[in-house]
Amino acid sequence: MRTFIGIDLGSTTTKSVLVDENLAVLGRGITNSRSNYDVAARVSKQEAKIAARFTLFRNALGKDAEHLLSDLERNFRLEQFLSALRQLEETCMGYLDHPRFQGTKTALRGSLDAVFRKIEGEAQEIYAPGAARKSDFFRDIAGSRFMNLAEAACREADIPFETMLNIYDKSIIDVESRVDPDETVAVQMKNGLTRSLASAEGVGVDRGEALSALGTVLAIELEETYVVGTGYGRVRLPFPKEHIRSEILCHGLGAHMMFPGTRTVLDIGGQDTKGIQVDENGIVTSFQMNDRCAAGCGRYLGYIADEMKIGLHELGPIAMKATRVPRINSTCTVFAGAELRDRLALGERREDILAGLHRAIMLRAISIISRSGGVTNEFTFTGGVAKNEAAVRELRKLLKENYGDMTINISPDSIYTGALGGANFALRAVLN
Amino acid sequence: MSRQEVVKSNSHMVQKEMITRNYDRITGGTAKVSSTFVPGNLNELLMCFDIANNLPEINAIQNAMRKKSGEMIAEAERSGHSEDVCTYVKADIGMMAKGNIAPNGKPFPDPDVLLLSYTGCFTFMKWFELLREQYKCPTVMLHVPYAADGLPTKNMRDYIVKQLKEDVIPVLEKVSGVKFDIDRLREYLRKSAIAENDLVWMLESSKRRPSPVDCYFGGVYYMGPIFTAFRGTDECIEYYRLLRAEIEERIAKGLCAQSPDGDMPEENYRLVVEGPPNWTSFRDFWRMFSEAGAVVVASSYTKVGGVYDYDGFRHDPGHPLESLADYCLGVYTNRNLPTRVDMLARNLVEYEADGLLINSIKSCNSFSAGQLVMMREIEKITGKPGAFIETDLVDPRYFSAANVKNRLESYFQMIDQKRRAGGSAAAAGA
Ligand code: SF4
Repeated sequence: MRTFIGIDLGSTTTKSVLVDENLAVLGRGITNSRSNYDVAARVSKQEAKIAARFTLFRNALGKDAEHLLSDLERNFRLEQFLSALRQLEETCMGYLDHPRFQGTKTALRGSLDAVFRKIEGEAQEIYAPGAARKSDFFRDIAGSRFMNLAEAACREADIPFETMLNIYDKSIIDVESRVDPDETVAVQMKNGLTRSLASAEGVGVDRGEALSALGTVLAIELEETYVVGTGYGRVRLPFPKEHIRSEILCHGLGAHMMFPGTRTVLDIGGQDTKGIQVDENGIVTSFQMNDRCAAGCGRYLGYIADEMKIGLHELGPIAMKATRVPRINSTCTVFAGAELRDRLALGERREDILAGLHRAIMLRAISIISRSGGVTNEFTFTGGVAKNEAAVRELRKLLKENYGDMTINISPDSIYTGALGGANFALRAVLN
Repeated sequence: MSRQEVVKSNSHMVQKEMITRNYDRITGGTAKVSSTFVPGNLNELLMCFDIANNLPEINAIQNAMRKKSGEMIAEAERSGHSEDVCTYVKADIGMMAKGNIAPNGKPFPDPDVLLLSYTGCFTFMKWFELLREQYKCPTVMLHVPYAADGLPTKNMRDYIVKQLKEDVIPVLEKVSGVKFDIDRLREYLRKSAIAENDLVWMLESSKRRPSPVDCYFGGVYYMGPIFTAFRGTDECIEYYRLLRAEIEERIAKGLCAQSPDGDMPEENYRLVVEGPPNWTSFRDFWRMFSEAGAVVVASSYTKVGGVYDYDGFRHDPGHPLESLADYCLGVYTNRNLPTRVDMLARNLVEYEADGLLINSIKSCNSFSAGQLVMMREIEKITGKPGAFIETDLVDPRYFSAANVKNRLESYFQMIDQKRRAGGSAAAAGA
């Protein structure tokens, strides 16, 4: 079947959305952008295709398959993990042939083998039903296990931990940059399904029917009819010019697709903040964005989190506990750290300061929007910061103060807005 | 080398020579020197006293294009000038601090007089206060009333003529030792008007499709002689004749406007641009337009040294002092917002432009104040889309290529999308 893909290369994450000829979203994929947009684009695209297969499979089996599907998803991830792990092991072992390891080769081989067998053994548990994972990225999961196990293994075999670490560091990059071909993915899905059918209880779907449905779905070729790239890293892609659209247009159109009533869009991404006005067809009529500096963008929040030695995702929840919202003067990344430290030293509460910072960012966003032509009903907030509840709270307050009551849309899929608009442009490029 | 490149370099070379000659005259030590500003400058009058004309803004631009302004600005900031002050000023102050060397490598002499014609920019006054502090030379001020109602009145004109007679001319006579001769002024003004006719012809040649010239990036070169020390001279007339012949040839050949890398292969977008250009990354900036096939068919910056097309102003030898007054009153920055809106909106329509682009300059209040309001107004009047970018004049720190490019690309695509509006509406409903 013909499919159309939009890829949004953000500064921190890369997102893909795959749609069919009727503009129905079949799959979404996301990965970290790393420093290599090319790989990020391929990975996110593959993820979107995988998600699309799941969608098609769900469509084939009907409503009763929900339980089976969620179990399949889990088992498929396990299969993916195991296959990446095998690749990692092979790559690590490959490095041992280097003359540098002549003396330690046997010991290293032994230790690596022990470590990988252990992780392999744990894999079932890592992906057990209901198991909590800190991250879904292979690098994070395998990496943390490897570190732990390798340290012990090295002590036992009396080889320097540094060496193992070194081998791992080199290998993980290779593995991360590899994107499984469709055939491998098909095998992983089949294996996943076999596992699910063997273990999951009460799937409510006939075994033979499920296997044959999956076979049919896997046989469908997901032809990449047209791909449009957008976002921060778009110019780095080996795309011809016609395949690149500005993120402003993509966000405008994407927001319109999610909420057709949208007239004003605020997008706060990692690097920039945009205020966009769209008409009833999702066509951008006006826009403004932050100037040279990234003050008030997602990156600013990251900086604050680093400064406070907490995770980015903890910022919002902490700020929600504020009892008062102090006026923070600086949304400048350079000064914010200093102001933060000063205020802490003066005894202000961390949660209050954070609430103030969120308000400062939103004040800046409001000024960018007002420069783009103000706020018109309906208002749609997109981008990573839209997930931050404290930011949303301040935004709602400011919108009400400045523009009165209005519809404020925030989609749980808002991170995919730019990619969605891109997919629509891809479709239009072919249909028009 | 192809033929049109030879032709291109012809007027280019001539202008280069003219500029060099003027710098040689300024630094030569024999002529008296006046510093004055581009908008509303009284070049013909200075010529009546054999005074050489030195323009600090032009020096700042020259230094910026030679990538020297950054260190000059840093020097000025070290000596206490605020970050937000007009960077033409700081480049000038920094240049003085660094030995005051002219682009020809020779030191600038101290000016004999500062001739301040105040046309809409308050910064000018403070700038010359600083120079007066430094040089302790006579300063004569020509106060040009702001045309707040859009149209200059007879009163305003009389007021300027009176100042010319009672303040400006006597001081210039004293400084130069030359007696004022109004017939000499008439002769210079007659020559100004001739060149001005060709200048307007050039500006209006961009009404054609494709436009044979770019009236912003190319325009700042074309306006050089008439806005600086050459208005009223034979060589100025000659320059514009040459330029006109070159453009006529381009038209005959059906060529698009030129880019930094030769002729633009095709014209995809026609824009009107408001605000000064960025000089430190001038070529890169220009390329962002030409690579997309965007040509600027009209710009306000090419009117900063005099508006000749909007209401047909020409210097008039029949009314010499009055026409100098009218000229000063009519400079772009001296016009109120509704007039600027009207001027740009008319440009958009008459030059069949796709939209208005504003380059908002961080440190220029004179241009930047009110620009967003203007953009909205013009969008309303013409129904054509506007866009906004932000850079600086001569401060290399304030040109973020990625940021500017991002906005420009979005803007061009926005225009595309508008053009296809019918088709996209159908697809959006799908
Ligand atoms: S008009 Fe703008 S650029 Fe010119 S001197 Fe005044 S502030 Fe500076």
